[in-house]
Amino acid sequence: MSTVFHVDIVSAEESIYSGPAEFLVAPAEAGEVGIYPHHTPMLTRIKPGSVRIKAPLQEEELIYVSGGMLEIQPDVVTILADTAVRGANLDEAKATEAKKRAEEAMRDRTSSIDYARAQAELAESIAQLATIQKFRKRGH
Amino acid sequence: MAGSREVRNKIKSVKNTQKITRAMEMVAASKMRKAQERMKKARPYGEKIRNVAAHMSRANTEYRHPFLIERDTVKRIGIVVVTSDKGLCGGLNTNVLRMALGKMKAWEGEGEQIEVCCIGNKGLGFMNRLGANVASHVIGLGDSPDLEKLIGSVKVMLDGYTQDRFDRVYIFYTRFINTMKQEPVMEQLLPLSDERLRSGEGPKGQKGSWDYIYEPEAKPVIDDIMVRYVEALIYQALTENMASEQSARMVAMKAASDNAGSVIDELTLIYNKSRQAAITKELSEIVGGAAAV
Repeated sequence: MSTVFHVDIVSAEESIYSGPAEFLVAPAEAGEVGIYPHHTPMLTRIKPGSVRIKAPLQEEELIYVSGGMLEIQPDVVTILADTAVRGANLDEAKATEAKKRAEEAMRDRTSSIDYARAQAELAESIAQLATIQKFRKRGH
Repeated sequence: MAGSREVRNKIKSVKNTQKITRAMEMVAASKMRKAQERMKKARPYGEKIRNVAAHMSRANTEYRHPFLIERDTVKRIGIVVVTSDKGLCGGLNTNVLRMALGKMKAWEGEGEQIEVCCIGNKGLGFMNRLGANVASHVIGLGDSPDLEKLIGSVKVMLDGYTQDRFDRVYIFYTRFINTMKQEPVMEQLLPLSDERLRSGEGPKGQKGSWDYIYEPEAKPVIDDIMVRYVEALIYQALTENMASEQSARMVAMKAASDNAGSVIDELTLIYNKSRQAAITKELSEIVGGAAAV
């Protein structure tokens, strides 16, 4: 029976911690949980807070996580940390914002097409003018 | 000597262009390294969350998340198109957009409705010109993409799926194979295919029925995991796309610099020839004049 388990703390953007541990404390949603080896498989959300890891023959280490998920298996503990501050309302707000942005873009589409066409016409006429000027210079 | 002056000006302008392309090549090379690192860093999260999702899909039988349920009829399709924000990167965006366009036409031919989520400026411009139905978009992600910026637009698509606005969601992006090779790919995002989940390793030494303890409840926890899993998939696609973009740009700029070099060589040859011709003409005139005296 091993007295250590493997801990991985990863976020979508990078791997934060990976190594063996004897004991770990994490801020689960329902309250802090302390984990020793051979814990029952468990899956829970964690709140923003610090994760305390006691690696063998080392000082305890504190790692801050801004929420995420905690997965426990008898010999592996994985913390999937969030990089962004999450919350149902916050996500909802972001989604509405994104939707609004898309709708606005849809509405502006005609005007942006006009703008692009005007720009193209402008470029064309500038080129024409430049050519005319060149011709004039040559003529005189 | 009017001709030779024009040639000289042309040489100068090509040299200036070459300076720019060479600088861009170098910038792209350094950004590529960072983008590749970012891509590698994003991998562990993707693998871990896939394992968790795989365990979950096998373990929990009382609640099956809608993302896992295959639908019989496919009427409406959502697609996520990942492109770069900036151009000058060879055929990168063109290739992925051509693939998307081909698929869209095929689906439309089968009478399916399509909504698009554009990640990256180039794709958005293309879809707008096409007159496609753009449900959401993210642009201006910069060199270091934040997951935070993606959340809103991705949620629009995920909600669309859970609320039956889509029956299927696909993602198009450019997969990074190596510096010289990138290829456009289409992957099914939703419903999550069993294949994808099965490729995750099974629980060590444990077979059969075992389940997690869910705290506080199974449903919200599973919902969260699934949303994060799909987000992680999209984020990974984005980081791959960015690594592809930088390496494609580096290669394109290298080719441009090389081409500029050969153009300069050719122009220099023309310039020297015309100068030599002018000198010869002058000489023969002088000789002719002297002979006449």
